[in-house]
Amino acid sequence: MTPILEARELVRIYEAREGLFGKVTPVRAVDGVSLSVRPGETLGIVGESGSGKSTLGRMLLGVDPAQGGEVRFDGAPMPERRTPAWRALRARMQMVFQDPLSALDRRLTIADQIREPLDIHRIGTPEERADRVASLMGSVGLRPDQTGRYPHELSGGQRQRVVIARALATDPALLVCDEPVSALDVSIQAQVVNLLRDLQETTGLAMVFISHDLKVVRNLCDRVAVMYLGRIVEEGPAETLFARPQHPYTQALVSSVPVPGRALDSRIILQGEPPNPAARPSGCAFHPRCPMAEPMCRGAVPSLRATAPGRTSACHLVAGAAPATAA
Amino acid sequence: MTKLVEIRDLRVAFDGVPVLHGIDLDVAPGEALGLVGESGCGKSVTWLAALGLLPEKARVSGSVVLEHRTLSNAPRSELEQVRGGRIAMIFQDPSSALNPVIRVGRQICEALRLHRGLSGKPAQAEALRLMDMVGIPDPRRRFNLYPHEFSGGQCQRLMIAMALAGEPDLLIADEPTTALDATIQAQILDLLATLRRETGMATVFISHDLGAVAQVCERVCVMYAGRIVEAGPVAQLFEAPRHPYTRGLFDAIPRMDGPRTRLVPIDGTVPDPRALPAGCAFAPRCARAQAFCRTERPELLPQTDGRLLACAYPVPAAPAVPQRERVSQ
Amino acid sequence: MIRFLSIRLLRAVVTVLAVMTFAFVVLRMSGDPAQVLLGPDVPQNVIDDFRAAWGLDRPLAQQYLSYLGQIVSGDFGISMRDRSPAFELVMERLPATLQLTVPALLLQLCIGIPAGIYAALHRDSLIDRGVILLAVAGFTIPSFVLGLVLVLIFAVTFSMLPSGGFGSVWHGILPTITISIGGIGILARFSRSAMIEVMGQPYIRTASAKGVSWRHVISRHALPNAAVPIVTIVGFMVGSLVAGAVVTETIFSWPGIGRLLIVSVSNRDLAVVQCILLMIAAVMVVSNLIVDLLYGWLDPRLRTQAAH
Repeated sequence: MTPILEARELVRIYEAREGLFGKVTPVRAVDGVSLSVRPGETLGIVGESGSGKSTLGRMLLGVDPAQGGEVRFDGAPMPERRTPAWRALRARMQMVFQDPLSALDRRLTIADQIREPLDIHRIGTPEERADRVASLMGSVGLRPDQTGRYPHELSGGQRQRVVIARALATDPALLVCDEPVSALDVSIQAQVVNLLRDLQETTGLAMVFISHDLKVVRNLCDRVAVMYLGRIVEEGPAETLFARPQHPYTQALVSSVPVPGRALDSRIILQGEPPNPAARPSGCAFHPRCPMAEPMCRGAVPSLRATAPGRTSACHLVAGAAPATAA
Repeated sequence: MTKLVEIRDLRVAFDGVPVLHGIDLDVAPGEALGLVGESGCGKSVTWLAALGLLPEKARVSGSVVLEHRTLSNAPRSELEQVRGGRIAMIFQDPSSALNPVIRVGRQICEALRLHRGLSGKPAQAEALRLMDMVGIPDPRRRFNLYPHEFSGGQCQRLMIAMALAGEPDLLIADEPTTALDATIQAQILDLLATLRRETGMATVFISHDLGAVAQVCERVCVMYAGRIVEAGPVAQLFEAPRHPYTRGLFDAIPRMDGPRTRLVPIDGTVPDPRALPAGCAFAPRCARAQAFCRTERPELLPQTDGRLLACAYPVPAAPAVPQRERVSQ
Repeated sequence: MIRFLSIRLLRAVVTVLAVMTFAFVVLRMSGDPAQVLLGPDVPQNVIDDFRAAWGLDRPLAQQYLSYLGQIVSGDFGISMRDRSPAFELVMERLPATLQLTVPALLLQLCIGIPAGIYAALHRDSLIDRGVILLAVAGFTIPSFVLGLVLVLIFAVTFSMLPSGGFGSVWHGILPTITISIGGIGILARFSRSAMIEVMGQPYIRTASAKGVSWRHVISRHALPNAAVPIVTIVGFMVGSLVAGAVVTETIFSWPGIGRLLIVSVSNRDLAVVQCILLMIAAVMVVSNLIVDLLYGWLDPRLRTQAAH
C-alpha cells in the first residue's frame, strides 16, 4: 500500500536574531526528518519544547515551507503554499489544534463553522450540506439541539468535537492533530481519544498525532516517532517502543511518566534543560544530557538506523543492524 | 495526632455562586497530601481561600487553623506574616508567576527580608545557597538576571527557592509541573521530594495528574464539584478506588503498560456551579447511581478501612475485573 | 545601543522634516500672504513687489531648498507682520506658554495617575465609577466650553478670579485648570486600565502569597509593570507642552505660543508658523525618543527583543 503521506529529509530553517544587536543565527527547527504514513494508520510524534514537532506538523500539511527535502501527499509532491492547487488539497488534509476556543470563530454558530469547508470547496448542494453537518455532529457526539450554539456556550470537550467535525467535513484522507487533548480534563480526554479512534475506524483516515503526553500517544497510535532538536531519534510500533525503548532519550521520556507504585528513585532523571535549537550541541544533539554518553557522541551525528524489524534508532550505542533505507 | 493545618467547613462563593461546599481537611506536620480533581472542582480555591488570596468579592466562610492560630477572617497583617513564613505557595506556569521587571535575586531576597529579617550581604549569600539547593547552575552569575532569561523549569526552581526562603512549615504546590516538559516535570517532582525529605516540611500537591500525585504523596483527597468525595492513603486509593468518580478517573487514564485498550471515559461533563444537580453532584454521570443519589447528597464518612468516602453506592471493596475491549491491532 | 539610537534619531529627523515640508507646502498653497497682509484694495504691482521682496515668486522647490539652507544655519526667517526674526518672536512667547502647560502637566500627573490607580484598586466601587465618569467628561468636553464655563462661574458670578489677561498668578489659575482637565481624564483612564491589567497577572498573586504587604505589592510589584503604558501617554503629554493650548490661550487672552500661532496662521505669516511647527515637532520627537529609551529601562524584556 502506498503511503498517503511521505516526507523525505525535511529541513526548516528560520532566522532568529539574538537580542537587539546580536548577529542573525539560522535556527534549524527541523533537521532532516523522513517519515511515512499509510492510509488508516496513526503515527504519533512525541517530543518536548524545541523538538520541532509542531513545525513538522505544519510542514506535513504544507503550511510551513520547507527549506530542504520534500513532502509527498498521495504520491504527488506538495504544491506551493497558497496556490489554488494547495488550497484544493485542503479538502483532503486537515489540522486539529490544541486550543479549540481560538480555532473557532466566536461570531459564527458551530453549524456554520462545520459547514464552512463544504462551502469553500463547493461540495454538494445546500440541502446536502445541511444533512452532512447534521450527520457530522452526530458522529462526534454533539446533539442536534446544539446546532445554533456559539463556541463560548460550549465546554472545552464539546468545542474540540466541533473542531474535529469541521476537520472531517470534507472527508479528508489525513488528519494532523497537534496536542488536541492536552487542554482537556482527563475524563474528557478519554472521550475525544475514543472519538478519534472510532472515526478513524469508520472512515479509514490516516492520522499524525503530535503530543507530549506519552500515555495518550501509546494508546492511540500505531507507530511512534520520537523527536529531539529537530531530528527523529527513534521510531517504531507504539507498544514495543514504549515497552523497550532503545534510545537513551526515549528511555528517559518513558521513565518520566509518573506511574503509581514505581518509586521516584528508580526513574531516569535527566540533567539540564531541553536544548535551544539556536545553540545545537556538536555530534549527537542529546549527548550533553545523556547518561550513557561517550566521547564519540560528541563528534559524529548518529544516523537513524534499523535496530530491529520495523524499529529504527539514532544512537551510536544502540546495537544496530544495517543502516536503514527508509524509516 | 497534632495537626499543622485544620480546615473545617470551608465554603467559598463567587458572586453568589458557591464553588466550595464545606471542605474539611487536615494536614499533619511533615505530611505529603495530594489534592486531585478536574477543572472547577475547587482544589486550588481551597488553599487560596485558606491563605486569603482570593479577590475581595469572594465570600469565604468556615474555619482555617494553623497550629493554634486562626487564619480565617484574620487581619491582613497577620495573614501576610503567615504567607511565605509558615505556609508558602507555588503556582502553575512559573514563567509568568515571577515579576518580569525585578531581578530574580532581589525577588528571593525580598522573601528573606520579610520572614527572616535578612538583608544586604547575608541575604544575598542565603539566596545563592537557596538557588544552589534547588539546582540552578552557577547561581552567582544568574543572581542578577530577569525571569525571562530563564527557562520554564528554572523559573519553577526559582519559585521553589523563593518559597523555601521563609522556611515554611507547609508548601502548597498548585499544579507545579503542568506547564512543563515531561523530563523537566520529573526533575521538579524529584526536587520537591528531596526538599521535603531534607527540610521535613509538609507539602500539599494539587494536580490533575494522578500518576504524579501517587509518586509524591502519602495521602490523597479527590475533589469533585467543590466537595471532597474520597480521601485516604495513596496506596489504598490507587489500588482500590471506591468512589465511582475516582474509579472513573483511573479508568479514563491510558496506561503505559498492559494491552492498549479502548479508554473508558466518564460520560457527560463537570456540572456548572450555578446549576448543580440535586442530590449527589456526580449522580448524572454515575453508572451506579440510584434514586437515592438523585435526591440526597451523601456525607463524607470514615470507612472501616480508614478512608473517607462520600458515596451511597460505592464500587465494591473487591473490584471486579474490568471488561474492556482490546483495541484491534 | 548605538544602532538602536541612530535608527531612532534618523526616524526623528525624518519626522521633523516631513512636518516641516508639509507645513511649508500647505501654507503656500492655501492662500497668498501678500493678499492677506496688504489687504484687498491694494493694486497688483504692490502685491507683486511684496511677493518678490519675500521671495514668494520663486518656484516652490527653490523656496523650499533655500529655507532648508537657512534652517541649517540657524536662520528661521523674518516675520512678515512684525519684521523681527521669527525665532525671537517665538522664544519671547515661550515662557508664557510654559507657565501654563508645566503646572498643567504637574496637575495631570499628580491627580490623573493616582486617581486611575485608586479606581483600579477599588474596581466597580462608587469611587471607581465616579472616576471613570469624571475622566470621560474631562476629555470629551471641548476646552473652549470648559474655559468659558469656568470664566462664567469664577470670574463673572463670583468674581474670584480674573477672566483674562496676563500678569499675576491669579491670572494663570483658570487657564491652567482648563488645559489640565482633559489630560487628567486621559491619564486616569490609562492608569486605571494599566493597573487593572497588571493586577490580574500571576506574579501579583505570587507576591501576595510570599507575604508581601498589600502596600508593597502595589508599589513595588504592580506599579513598575504598569509604568510602561503610563509613560507612553505621559510622553505624548510632555510633547504637547509647547503646542500649548491654542484655544485656551485665546479665550483667556494669554500671550503664549498658541495665540501667536493663530494670529500668524490667519496672517499667513509663513516664517513664524513654520518656526512654531518645527519647534512643536522637535519637542514631540525628542519626548518620544526619551520614552523609547525609558522603555528599555522600565521593562527588561524589551532590552533583548529579537525584532524591533
